[in-house]
Amino acid sequence: MASARLRELFGLLPVGLLVTAGFTAVVLSRTEEVNDLSLTYGGFFLGLCVFAHFFIRIRLPQADPYLFPLAALLAAFGLVMIYRIDEELARLQAQWFVAGLVFFCATVLLLQDHRALERYRYTIAAASILLLFLPRVPGIGDQVNGAFLAIRLGPVQFQPAELAKIGIIVFLASYLGETRDVLVRGRVPRLSLKHFGPLLVVWGTAMLLLVFIRDLGSSLMFFGGFLALLYVATSRLSLVAAGAAMFAAGAVFFANTVGHVQDRISIWLDPLRPQVVEDEGYQIAQSMFAQADGGLFGTGFGRALLELPGGGRILPAADTDLIYALIANELGLFGAAAVVMIYLLFTARGFKVALLARDGFSKLLAAGLTAVFAMQVFVIVGGVTRVIPLTGVTLPFVSYGGSSIVANLVLLALLLIVSHDARRDPAESRGGLA
Amino acid sequence: MNRPIVHLFGLFTLLFALLVGFTSRWSVFEAESLEDETANRRPLLEEQRIPRGLIHARNGTVVASNQQLGSRQTRRFVRRYPTGSLFSHAIGYSFIDRGRAGIERSRNDILSGSANELTSLIDELSSAEEGDSLRTTLDPKVQRAALEGLGGRRGSVVAVEPDSGRIRAMVSLPDFDPNAVRERFNQLNADEGSPLFNRATQARYPPGSTFKVVTAAAALDSGRHGPQTTVSGKNNKPISAVPLQNFGGQDFGQVTLTEALTKSINTAWAEVGADLGDSTMLRYMRRFGFGAEPPIDYPSSQLAASGIFEENELLDEDDPIDIGRVAIGQERLQVTPLQMAMVAATVANDGVLMQPVFGERAISPEGRVTERIRPERVRRVIDRSAARDLTGMMSRVVEEGSGTAAQLRGVRVAGKTGTAERGAGVNQAWFIAFAPVERPRIALAVTVERAQGTGGEVAAPIARRVLEVVLDAQGRGSSGPAASGGF
Repeated sequence: MASARLRELFGLLPVGLLVTAGFTAVVLSRTEEVNDLSLTYGGFFLGLCVFAHFFIRIRLPQADPYLFPLAALLAAFGLVMIYRIDEELARLQAQWFVAGLVFFCATVLLLQDHRALERYRYTIAAASILLLFLPRVPGIGDQVNGAFLAIRLGPVQFQPAELAKIGIIVFLASYLGETRDVLVRGRVPRLSLKHFGPLLVVWGTAMLLLVFIRDLGSSLMFFGGFLALLYVATSRLSLVAAGAAMFAAGAVFFANTVGHVQDRISIWLDPLRPQVVEDEGYQIAQSMFAQADGGLFGTGFGRALLELPGGGRILPAADTDLIYALIANELGLFGAAAVVMIYLLFTARGFKVALLARDGFSKLLAAGLTAVFAMQVFVIVGGVTRVIPLTGVTLPFVSYGGSSIVANLVLLALLLIVSHDARRDPAESRGGLA
Repeated sequence: MNRPIVHLFGLFTLLFALLVGFTSRWSVFEAESLEDETANRRPLLEEQRIPRGLIHARNGTVVASNQQLGSRQTRRFVRRYPTGSLFSHAIGYSFIDRGRAGIERSRNDILSGSANELTSLIDELSSAEEGDSLRTTLDPKVQRAALEGLGGRRGSVVAVEPDSGRIRAMVSLPDFDPNAVRERFNQLNADEGSPLFNRATQARYPPGSTFKVVTAAAALDSGRHGPQTTVSGKNNKPISAVPLQNFGGQDFGQVTLTEALTKSINTAWAEVGADLGDSTMLRYMRRFGFGAEPPIDYPSSQLAASGIFEENELLDEDDPIDIGRVAIGQERLQVTPLQMAMVAATVANDGVLMQPVFGERAISPEGRVTERIRPERVRRVIDRSAARDLTGMMSRVVEEGSGTAAQLRGVRVAGKTGTAERGAGVNQAWFIAFAPVERPRIALAVTVERAQGTGGEVAAPIARRVLEVVLDAQGRGSSGPAASGGF
């Protein structure tokens, strides 16, 4: 099956094209001489991609050939946009990409069989929940826009939710894989607390996230991932509906009691009111203005208005939360739709991995990771385009941020491990930790 | 478990389609209304990124140019005005943080390059955008002469070509240096002399006897009077049941209309106005442009209408008006210098009012003329013979009446003085004029606030100075103070 890897290598061609064209366009837009140093970022990035390809070729030869090129394409998009915003930031992002690849390789090397994770599921769950609440710990917690999403250790800022999402999916996949028989067959009144307990814990965690982290976005992401898994595990829409209703009830309750959530929703409904447009509504208003400026084809790489004459940027958080708005501004509706399309293809390949997986845990793990990944895309792009209230979640592989790059490359590694495991010849299977 | 996974993928496909749908909503379907949002500063900032078109004076002198600041991403252009305060009010200014005024505002479409809708699609593809240049009708020589004539006194001069409406000079003092507007805006705004206020277009002054030209136009054109019709110039004649005095309490007997204008006899003209009545007088006023903002390429916010005002409300036929006193420029009549220049220009142009205009043509960065601004006729105000008669009467004012200080050697000048008392010994001094009488090339209005003398003494010499420069003629006698005083 060398052809799968060959397809993967060919899949990297568009990445190379995008990086070359993107960097050239940005550099040209600056009306300065083409800087050799700036172009080396692109070359360096391509080198990393080829290295990753050979690593996959050796360790996971049967893995899905499209997932990595799609992720690389997204990362290339992100790198070009970040380079366009700030050269120094692009250098850091490239460094993070190296770190992410280290984690990627480490995951693949250490975890020869993903089923080993099942043994540690409660530890993983506890660690993940702990991670989620770390930003509330005084001293290291960091409040941004009223939400507690990051921790700060010295100069390093870290968003624990990025890693926690993987841990929670691992736990849920393992847990639901075991109890799904009971949940599928049992009649609702006869299901005991023993079966429902952990589900209530998940619901409670999502609610606590709303209150303590004060972030509707990550709550929605986690709970959406959970409901998706519940549905895959049980095929019972009634359970999903009950869960969704519980989340909605909780969200509505907190929307009416917690000021922060309430504000977010009223801004979402009408961000252009004069009272808020320069204040709390500034981000989403600027996001819409940037998209309006882009039109069908956009202004071109590096040509959108970003820097203000007096310093600062007109589009806040352009490198992280609002990077999609900048993409829509510079590449237009077509470019933005292309990015969404790449995410949809990634999601399709992720679910394909789940379809091909041979056991329940593998299926649930792949489906859950894919679902939470897609949910994250929906939460942030939906926030930026005002489908839902805007919250601070990164755009996977594209946004600037170490934790985001590292976590999503680990997520990719897990998907590839499951994929390799599903496609290889059963005769040569061997399990366990390396 | 495979079916729910497929369903799930279907759900995410729908959700992602929703994302694309909303992106197209903002980037395409509602883009235009978003760009019009007041909170959206992008259009303003974008404009700053392209060089604005230059503004040229009539002789090609650059009066507004650009200074490039920053580089690369932050490259932007800031307006510079090489001629400083020379054209401050006419040209105005354009700064992101201070907004726009004057021609910079009224001709923004040309200067910002947004006038030509057809090219906007091409512009979107190429980033090399630039506004069109504007050639104006303003004449630095004439402008300077007017400024020197006023000599720092508060007041205004407006000079216009009668047959085209082209404005050759517009001075308002105190003025300001547009280059200083960015840093000193609040200071300028609070200044006691109101330097940002364009007296030529915004200040409403009592016109004094210059308004008798309007009354005379109505009298001649309506056919009720001729230049030789006799009227009574008796002092203390009751007008609206209240006795009216002539200037200096002088008593005249029966005089011709021509004499009445030459000597600026109040009681005679008040009677003429009262005879014509409210509706005839107001009709002719409206024809001259009173009662509405002048149709000039200048921002509406910097224009004032002339007319009879009661606490900023324009009055008309239905309101009780002492039309006899309006006819001699008293009552609650208030006029702008621009309006009075339009009156003089109309008489000079055989009775046809032309649209006053600053713009002459727009030129693309490649040097192609993209728009020619042609003279526009507003209306015929009085017929040709009435205009000729009135011209004859007004030339007598300069030859032997109150306006002798405006005489030029070898060129006949027609004019009318005005002196509105604003307190003990303090007058609003006026002079409106045009020349040469045979084929007028320039018409103007001059006014000086809080003048110590009469219009003939204070304003007429300023007019002469401007006429000298325009017509390249010399004043009769020395350039010293006028020998004969006037009204």
